[in-house]
Amino acid sequence: MSIFLNEDSRIIVQGMTGAEGRKHTARMLAAGTNVVGGVTPGKGGQKAEIGEANLPVFNSVAEAMSETGADTTVVFVPPKFAKGAVNEAVDAGIGLAVVITEGIPVHDTAAFWAHARATGNRTRIIGPNCPGVISPGKSNAGIIPADITSSGRIGLVSKSGTLTYQLMYELRDIGFSTAVGIGGDPIIGTTHIDALAAFEADPETELIVMIGEIGGDAEERAAAFIKDNVTKPVVGYVAGFTAPEGKTMGHAGAIVSGSSGTAAAKKEALEAAGVRVGKTPSETAELARASLVQTVA
Amino acid sequence: MDLYEYQAKDLFAAHGVPVGPGQRVVTDAGAASTAAAEFGVPVVIKAQVKTGGRGKAGGVKLATDAGDALGKAESILGLDIKGHTVRRVLVTPASTIAEEYYFSFLLDRANRTFLAMASAEGGMEIEQLAVERPEALARIPIDANEGVDLAKAKEIAAIFPTDVQDAAAEVIVKLWETFVSEDATLVEVNPLVRDGDGNIVALDGKVTLDENAAFRHPGHADLVDAEAEDPLEAAAKAKDLNYVKLDGQVGIIGNGAGLVMSTLDVVAYAGAEHDIRPANFLDIGGGASAQVMADGLEIILSDPDVKSVFVNVFGGITACDAVANGIVQAFGLLGNVTKPVVVRLDGNNAAEGRRILDDAALPGLQRLDTMDSAARSAAELAFKGA
Repeated sequence: MSIFLNEDSRIIVQGMTGAEGRKHTARMLAAGTNVVGGVTPGKGGQKAEIGEANLPVFNSVAEAMSETGADTTVVFVPPKFAKGAVNEAVDAGIGLAVVITEGIPVHDTAAFWAHARATGNRTRIIGPNCPGVISPGKSNAGIIPADITSSGRIGLVSKSGTLTYQLMYELRDIGFSTAVGIGGDPIIGTTHIDALAAFEADPETELIVMIGEIGGDAEERAAAFIKDNVTKPVVGYVAGFTAPEGKTMGHAGAIVSGSSGTAAAKKEALEAAGVRVGKTPSETAELARASLVQTVA
Repeated sequence: MDLYEYQAKDLFAAHGVPVGPGQRVVTDAGAASTAAAEFGVPVVIKAQVKTGGRGKAGGVKLATDAGDALGKAESILGLDIKGHTVRRVLVTPASTIAEEYYFSFLLDRANRTFLAMASAEGGMEIEQLAVERPEALARIPIDANEGVDLAKAKEIAAIFPTDVQDAAAEVIVKLWETFVSEDATLVEVNPLVRDGDGNIVALDGKVTLDENAAFRHPGHADLVDAEAEDPLEAAAKAKDLNYVKLDGQVGIIGNGAGLVMSTLDVVAYAGAEHDIRPANFLDIGGGASAQVMADGLEIILSDPDVKSVFVNVFGGITACDAVANGIVQAFGLLGNVTKPVVVRLDGNNAAEGRRILDDAALPGLQRLDTMDSAARSAAELAFKGA
């Protein structure tokens, strides 16, 4: 098993004919992902040769779904058009929309999230500004490098792309059921809590690694959720202890405002919920390793 | 991007929010005095800094006439308020204040929507009110697509005294228009007042604009205060680099915001014993091309506080051999690199990347395999060089 994705996932790429879309479609295909087509308004009916594949291009998500049976879309369209693209995917009723695009105005994200909610949450949105979701060996919806790790029994959820890669690489011998990059924007679709709940329910996941960073209180809320709902061991990491107040650290959502959103408060909340929190990414990997040994023994 | 009070009030006025009978922003006391003379009534002189607590710090003063305004402005200009130097003051005719309220629109990250917050008890620190008397603060979720019409505004205004609710609701609708049409992530009015004539007026304003929305607001670029920017941050921005100046001695370059934040922390732990800290945040993103690496190194090496540099790259999408070639070429482009540079490369094609760096034998470059050991070495080199 895995969460959100599996070997049967049928994936379309919105913005597949653009440079980023093309590059990452090729990588997804190389990772064994079942990419069944792309959507570029105005280019419907064309074929896109990507690597060995010759993929159909559609004008709309609805058309792509009815022609290919797609259940997942990966969105690479530029920020200016992202709201329209996600709203269209939601209207088509697709099950999962992974929004990779960085730099979407937060009013646009709030709008497509409100639209998804108003239409009954048929579409799970992951992102925006995220690396996507990967179930190694099964499917890869997004830009997470597939060749740095293997499939296994760790579930990972993270606000940060490169820290996800770092941990996936350090724990590549144990491997991952699924790794979910939820993104570093202030408003995101799928949260730590959504992923924690899914990992708790996934029989293949034995341990959960949760990576957070400064800004907001998602980690504190995740800690409360873990305390009440998660029986599997959770190991955590929080980035940004040295971030000054009031400065955005790369991710639009990574900002300490006054005394709220600090890494110290997040670490404290997670530890109070029984999560072992590493001081560095490598120490976090070691804690995960040790937790699994304990679980087996 | 946070705005100054006067900029926020200019935006308010442009969207029909009443902000009082005029304002003048000046940079010297003489001009403040002239403005006071022209207004011909008592004025309030307010320090323009992007931080709270101006009143307590002596940054807000009432002046009775032009002569008084000169002295008061002199005492405010140049003040240091929480690390912000006052270089401008706002001169406004003093208002008669009957009552003070609080109002804001902001992001509600937890609920993935917007929130209106309102209280009949304005003027005080809102965080304090939220903790001490939460029942006095109305928190009303706003659906991003439904927005705020007059009916919704009246629902929000219900926390205010009955006789001002209608007038307040009209102002709230205009504040919502400001929030949406300017792509703000915060619009705060504290205090929102009822003046002596019963009008609702925004006496103060705090606005944060979403930089991701700059593409649809070309005018927002004019609101940047170039003078107040850190020169290194300004130089980095000109080269499209994601850089934040900090106060330490170890320059940091990495790829990915999370990894760079983590790198800062690991360096701070490693250097704690000798009070060695990271000198900056710099995320060069996924590409890590030679030019971007050279631009990044150039900015960091030009920082006189920097004693050593730590380049921390995890090759995910970008392979480490490409990054290593980028570093070698960057050293070539920069010519004489005199500060020690510690590099850690891991991930895709790490072995090849490390071999390229070893073969290049760049002067002053040290290569280590793990993030923790590289951080320790960079901190130690900074301590020795300090």
